[in-house]
Amino acid sequence: MYDFNYTKPSSIPEAVQALGADMEAKALAGGQTFIPVLKQRLNKPTVIVDLSELGLRGIAADDKTVTIGAMTTHHQIESSPDVQRLVPGLAKMAALIGDTQVRHRGTMGGSLANNDPSACYPAAVLALGATIHTDHRSIAADDYFQGMFTTALEPGELITAIEFPVAEKSNYEKFRNPASRYAMVGVFVAKTAAHGVRVAITGAGQGGVFRHTAMEEALAKDFSPEAITGIITPADGLNGDIHASPEYRAHLIGVMARRAVAAA
Amino acid sequence: MGFEGIGASVRRKEDHRFLSGRGSYTDDINRPGQLYAVIRRADRPHAKILGIDTAAASAAPGVSAVYTGAELEADGVGGVPCGWQVHSKDGSPMAEPPHPVLAIGKVRHVGDPVAVVIAATRQQAKNAAELLVIDYEDLPAIAAVRDAVAAGAPLVHDDVPGNVCFDWHIGDKAIVDAAFAQAAHVVELDLTNNRLVPNAMEPRAAIGDFDRSSGEFTLYTTSQNPHVIRLLMGAFVLHIPEHKLRVVAPDVGGGFGSKIYHYAEEAIVTWAAGKLHRPVKWTCDRSEAFMSDAHGRDHSSKAAMALDAQGKFLALRVSTLANMGAYLSTFAPAIPTYLSATLLAGVYTTPAIYAEVKAVFTHTVPVDAYRGAGRPESAYLLERLVDVIAHDTGLDRVAIRRLNFIPRDAFPYQTPVALNYDSGDYQATLKSALAAADWDGFPARRQAAAARGKLRGIGISTYVEACGIAPSKLVGQLGARAGLYEVANIRVHPTGSVTVLTGTHSHGQGHETTFAQLVSDQLGIPIDQVDVVHGDTAKIPFGMGTYGSRSLAVGGSAMVKAMDKVIAKGKKIAAHLMEASVEDIEFKDGRFSVAGTDKSKALAEISLAAYVPHNYPIEELEPGLDETAFYDPKNFTFPGGCHICEVEIDRDTGTVTVANMVAVDDVGRVINPMIVEGQVQGGLAQGIGQALMENAVYDSEAQLVTGSFMDYQMPRAHDFPPMITSTENTLCTHNPLGSKGVGETGAIGCPPAVINAVVDALRDYGVRHLDMPATPQKIWSIIQANQPRMAAE
Amino acid sequence: MPQVSLTVNGRSHTAEIEGRTLLVELLRENMGLTGTHVGCDTSQCGACVVHVDGESVKSCTMLAIQANGAAVTTIEGIAESDGTLHPMQAMFREHHALQCGFCTPGMVMSAIDLVQMHPEGLTEDQIRHGLEGNLCRCTGYHNIVKAIAAAWPIMHGKELPLAAE
Repeated sequence: MYDFNYTKPSSIPEAVQALGADMEAKALAGGQTFIPVLKQRLNKPTVIVDLSELGLRGIAADDKTVTIGAMTTHHQIESSPDVQRLVPGLAKMAALIGDTQVRHRGTMGGSLANNDPSACYPAAVLALGATIHTDHRSIAADDYFQGMFTTALEPGELITAIEFPVAEKSNYEKFRNPASRYAMVGVFVAKTAAHGVRVAITGAGQGGVFRHTAMEEALAKDFSPEAITGIITPADGLNGDIHASPEYRAHLIGVMARRAVAAA
Repeated sequence: MGFEGIGASVRRKEDHRFLSGRGSYTDDINRPGQLYAVIRRADRPHAKILGIDTAAASAAPGVSAVYTGAELEADGVGGVPCGWQVHSKDGSPMAEPPHPVLAIGKVRHVGDPVAVVIAATRQQAKNAAELLVIDYEDLPAIAAVRDAVAAGAPLVHDDVPGNVCFDWHIGDKAIVDAAFAQAAHVVELDLTNNRLVPNAMEPRAAIGDFDRSSGEFTLYTTSQNPHVIRLLMGAFVLHIPEHKLRVVAPDVGGGFGSKIYHYAEEAIVTWAAGKLHRPVKWTCDRSEAFMSDAHGRDHSSKAAMALDAQGKFLALRVSTLANMGAYLSTFAPAIPTYLSATLLAGVYTTPAIYAEVKAVFTHTVPVDAYRGAGRPESAYLLERLVDVIAHDTGLDRVAIRRLNFIPRDAFPYQTPVALNYDSGDYQATLKSALAAADWDGFPARRQAAAARGKLRGIGISTYVEACGIAPSKLVGQLGARAGLYEVANIRVHPTGSVTVLTGTHSHGQGHETTFAQLVSDQLGIPIDQVDVVHGDTAKIPFGMGTYGSRSLAVGGSAMVKAMDKVIAKGKKIAAHLMEASVEDIEFKDGRFSVAGTDKSKALAEISLAAYVPHNYPIEELEPGLDETAFYDPKNFTFPGGCHICEVEIDRDTGTVTVANMVAVDDVGRVINPMIVEGQVQGGLAQGIGQALMENAVYDSEAQLVTGSFMDYQMPRAHDFPPMITSTENTLCTHNPLGSKGVGETGAIGCPPAVINAVVDALRDYGVRHLDMPATPQKIWSIIQANQPRMAAE
Repeated sequence: MPQVSLTVNGRSHTAEIEGRTLLVELLRENMGLTGTHVGCDTSQCGACVVHVDGESVKSCTMLAIQANGAAVTTIEGIAESDGTLHPMQAMFREHHALQCGFCTPGMVMSAIDLVQMHPEGLTEDQIRHGLEGNLCRCTGYHNIVKAIAAAWPIMHGKELPLAAE
């Protein structure tokens, strides 16, 4: 790892200022993706801005929304009774990320800011139509994801919280990459008052997370596995690697979607 | 204190330190004033080195030195030697191209070391290594053996035509051809044995140290055999005489073969310590290990069996292409030949066998022994072939094995491929395994699985392997450049406690316990009075190390021989002290007694007399009670057994789940059943790993695609069911313990059982064979491509 | 250089470190606590697992400076002061759940956390999935699973309600 300066601001404005003051400054959330990247010397930040003391940890819920602080860990999300009750698919997803030790450190905000194409959370955010709150604005999920490792965040902009609508139905099925354990195909199905039925796919698309509109239309009429059994997902635009060809990924999208619907 | 002798599951002596974080692995050692070495490796498979600009790296903060192959060559540093010479069919010796410690002129695989940077901190060395400017001219490269032998293939070494290292054979071709001509059936099978990365959890590390006052070098290294490293590195690479070179292998965190070999980094840190007069430490990153630790397997074979009308095997013909990688690793040439083709009789009476092995250079990491080392390849070939014979002829898989087994009363049994099996009972291990796996109950389980939408299959493998490779005279004739005996020193201290110095090593097998148990049992003293020392050439007289499941069968036998000497001398001392005739002295349960009397002396009394020889037969006998034995076995040992695997396949995703894994192994006499069971379980995990998960993948340009744990699937806890293991114990007839070896049985017998089960699960899809690993994608593709021939039940 | 102050195995420790220093490097190189191991560079093997404020984490994937003010427990700190092994250590020995010992410290630290996180009980399947982040190459995990199941009743002072199937 290259050396860097380290700072741990205690307020959001200070953090934003630290990140804005230096083009090569990087924010450190849970670090479970970022620190391995640093160890491989794939990134050479001048300043690391540790976000752990900005008060961004915690989960708040009412009868319409669940709001999760950006620095809330996967472990906190998976074990939150509110998340388990109001958006069970999200709690299940958090429990399927990495391993216990990664879940103790990794955060939702960090994952969403990075927008790895095989990360899990983008599928939940997109399918549930969540809202990304930052230090100075709110971004709708539909506007947030802009291709792999690319988001609507401006340089230096910090995610503060993610607001999820309470879901009528939500579930996540993940087929892990056998080696890395990231999502090779992850399918989140959701039904919410505001957005109806949505199906979001992660791990599979070359451009990162995407919605499966053919399945959404079918499920809107009949929320059952049978309703999507005949839907063929085109392999075009899907990733291929030694573990899964685009065709295999396309097939797995169907399988995972049916399983997610069946148990939603 | 409970019974702690032979046959007891004594809890391990080494565990307390490992469980408390007080193990001492090589990377845990730091020497005063030590510097850190980082190696810059080739990022491309094949290229001319046009130039290396070291100026910026040399000037970087903290850097003590930057060395390239040129500096080492100029200083007379030799290449990494190969320890085994195989001859081709025509009698010519194998091609043995130079293997420089740091590349000279060309790089030949991704990971080939090009330069070393030595700096005050590891991070400084890493920073500086990035500043090296290497000017390459890329050349075409090949990774697969079939590509390497194709006409016009790029050459790995300019003076090795066709990339063929050797073209070897064994057996009688004429007899085999005649048998094939008369066969009722001939069954053919092409198969590959997938390339694996050993991935011991402890990455390799090495520290070189030089004592200016004594002129002695010390190398601390992650090695399974420090004496062999001292011999190879001292004599061939650095030209340091043995008395000036000490090699210490402290606690070693797994090896599975990959830490047998002498590696370039060991020579680099030792040489650099001599140059810089400072200790130099190198620790391998995991991703670096993927491209620098010797890989395993990577054979591609064509096999054919000739059968009579009843299914008796008449003759076997095998032709194998074996990937050596870019250079010859220490024992590489022996793996596909003397450790694999010689096992092609398996447990069967096949009267005629002919095997050809063409060893091939490619632009890949060198390949050498990995847990099983040649025997998994032959067991897989044979046990897959037997199942395909059953498939093609309609004969029952178990019946055809029984029909062809070498019977229990046929031992010693001479195979047509050189080996002479001393003992075994294949019907017994088969019977036990069939019972443990409830073989007869399988159809019901298959039906139940089908009702759940799952495809269930069962597979069997009956195997034999060869351990404790020996005797030295024979292996010398076969091309080994070393002896394969083992050394033990039994040092009885004046007050009766014992230090055992052994030339084997442990990288997880629990030798400190098993050997202490053996000595405790034989000398009749409590186990806590016995300590085992290994891994230091300054302490142990000599040794050949640990590999090929040899430690107990060979190293333990050496201990028995040394203890025999201790007891023989003890009897003379006892006879003197008790004024009796030596012939009348008996030794039992730690006491020397005069037959027919109540006179006796404890071992501690005898040892005290030996070291304080006031009342002692000093005219006839030297003082002291410290005996050494070099034991050279008469033959290999031959563990064998039966493994049965049951799998379930998720038709929708292609995922294979191991539902049941049974192993019944005949390992001869067992000293510690708990440790033996653990060895089998670990071997099974690596066997299942090979069959279902692990695969070292190179792309068509010879880039390593699976270069880290992000791409190479390591087996995890949830990949396995509980394992059902047991042993049968026919004794080895030619060593004093009757033990055969257990370290590799799991990895040898298991992979064909797993694939046989997968093929069985897919029987309605017209599958005859599939290559390892049976990944979800592969199974899904097969299911997609083949409509079921009939509805499953 | 930044300064880090933390408690390790009950003892406070302060050091000047580079920002990039990993927690595992602080433990191994600065404090000589070499029981915590490094087995990979992709945060997967778990040989480096320690407890930070009671939670198991990978010390190779955490900057030392992030542990400022935290209480860290390593494999060296879980036995009693008189040397009596922690129940998890004792059960690993009793059930032969270690061979080469290299993954063992991380495995034990993960296992302790796993048992602590599940006071309601643990099935064999939960134990196996709970070891997602720890690789062992020697044991085939069989005896590790047995050891953890055996440690649960000792650590919780009651019988394991959900028997390992």
